[in-house]
Amino acid sequence: MRTTIKSVSFLILACMFCTLSAASQESHIGKLTGNAKRGKALYVRYCVYCHGPEGDGRGESAPYIDPKPRDFTKAIFKCRSTPSGSLPLDSDLFDTISRGVHASGMPSWKPLLKQERADLIGYIKTFSSAFQEEKPGEPVKIPSEPANSADSIKRGGELFQSMNCWSCHGKDGRGHGPSAATLTDSKGYPITPFDFTSGRQFKCGETDQDMFRDLVTGLDGTPMPSFSGAMNDEQRWDVIHYIRTFASSESHPAEKTDGAGQ
Amino acid sequence: MKKVYFSFVMAAALVSLSAWRFVPVASGSPADAGSSLTGEVKFSGTAPKPTRIDMSQDPLCAKAHSGPAYTEDVVVGSDNGLENVVVYVSDGLTNHNFQPPQQPATFEQKGCQYKPHVLALQAGQKLDIVNSDETTHNIHPTPNNNREWNMTQPHGTPMEQTFAREEVAVPVKCNVHPWMKGYIAVLKHPYFAVTDKTGHFEIKDLPPGTYTITAWQEKLGTQVQKITVAGGEAKTLDFTFKQ
Repeated sequence: MRTTIKSVSFLILACMFCTLSAASQESHIGKLTGNAKRGKALYVRYCVYCHGPEGDGRGESAPYIDPKPRDFTKAIFKCRSTPSGSLPLDSDLFDTISRGVHASGMPSWKPLLKQERADLIGYIKTFSSAFQEEKPGEPVKIPSEPANSADSIKRGGELFQSMNCWSCHGKDGRGHGPSAATLTDSKGYPITPFDFTSGRQFKCGETDQDMFRDLVTGLDGTPMPSFSGAMNDEQRWDVIHYIRTFASSESHPAEKTDGAGQ
Repeated sequence: MKKVYFSFVMAAALVSLSAWRFVPVASGSPADAGSSLTGEVKFSGTAPKPTRIDMSQDPLCAKAHSGPAYTEDVVVGSDNGLENVVVYVSDGLTNHNFQPPQQPATFEQKGCQYKPHVLALQAGQKLDIVNSDETTHNIHPTPNNNREWNMTQPHGTPMEQTFAREEVAVPVKCNVHPWMKGYIAVLKHPYFAVTDKTGHFEIKDLPPGTYTITAWQEKLGTQVQKITVAGGEAKTLDFTFKQ
């Protein structure tokens, strides 16, 4: 009798753990539910060479890649709709692997079925216990964008100065600000600020709405901070309108490191 | 049947015991039974010269200083006292449930340096981050055992944060001003102190027991000593760091 009770209690406990781990081995993107077990098979086929069998970004191709492949065990992700320091939503990870990451070794995985991408997200989440212990924060609400105007660009230019964007991105937007050479990512590898004159191929998406989100959330694991408490919505649109002028101007001043207070 | 009943009682006891573990309990034992631990942390040898910081890239930082500003990674005061050393109980506490104090800790950016340069606080304790400078900073902790975040803070904007897990110590930097470096030590209990300009520290209300006391300095590493304190005792403990 005692043995039966013992085994029943054990089963109940075991089941509690099953439910817990099962929940963490799924992803939910819209109506899709991704399954980690199916995701693992895809991971081993497509992702393991860079991200490694342990998900720590130390796959056999990793030494030849810059920036380094994401280390999933840290659960720190650049492209999120959630606050700085928070886990991403499943849909954020889904968007990243669908879009790919410009200026990195990460291609777009749109050739895979949506269900397959959802399964991969389910598996990627198993590499860090953070996905079992914490919940993602409240996602950013992106308000409608006001019309671009000379006034908005002017205000944006002032904010680009006062918010010290120029310290890294440079006064000419080329990414050669006075602090640029000192920047590292959270693994200690050198990292370059975005050159706004190069176009619109930002790592986390190209639209003004993507930029708005990036300004609110920051790109975790990089020196790019969140401006959530630092600017209001209107100011963020102003800065975006100003940043867009770097790519559209036809001639650029000669490349050099910005001096102080010019 | 008796056995079944016994098993149920045991199970219930186990459940309630495990539930109790997660109820936060007020910190420490009554102050009257607590002991104090005081001491001095010294630097042995010739004190390293602090390096002058060039703040010219941001005139708002430079003008906040009347004279030159210096690095604070090893600060040796009068009588070779070593400042900014975190001294804390690293082992030996029998009580493991401590509520964070109501009083928030404060970490200030002033003259484009962190004040204090090394802050210690309790896990879960509110941390007020203050930007007293005219310039805009970003405050970027790079922890191993806590979540990493990175927030811009213009002058006068309030910011409140917490660290959930113990970590001695979390490096903090400002990417905009590369010379800005500080540390936040997060402890899961209230038995810690940071040495002042003279290298002095005091840990109050330590319950009787045998403890491992660790002294941590950002560049010079850690030192460990064992002590036993009786109830109501005033114990002293000194550390000496070398380059």
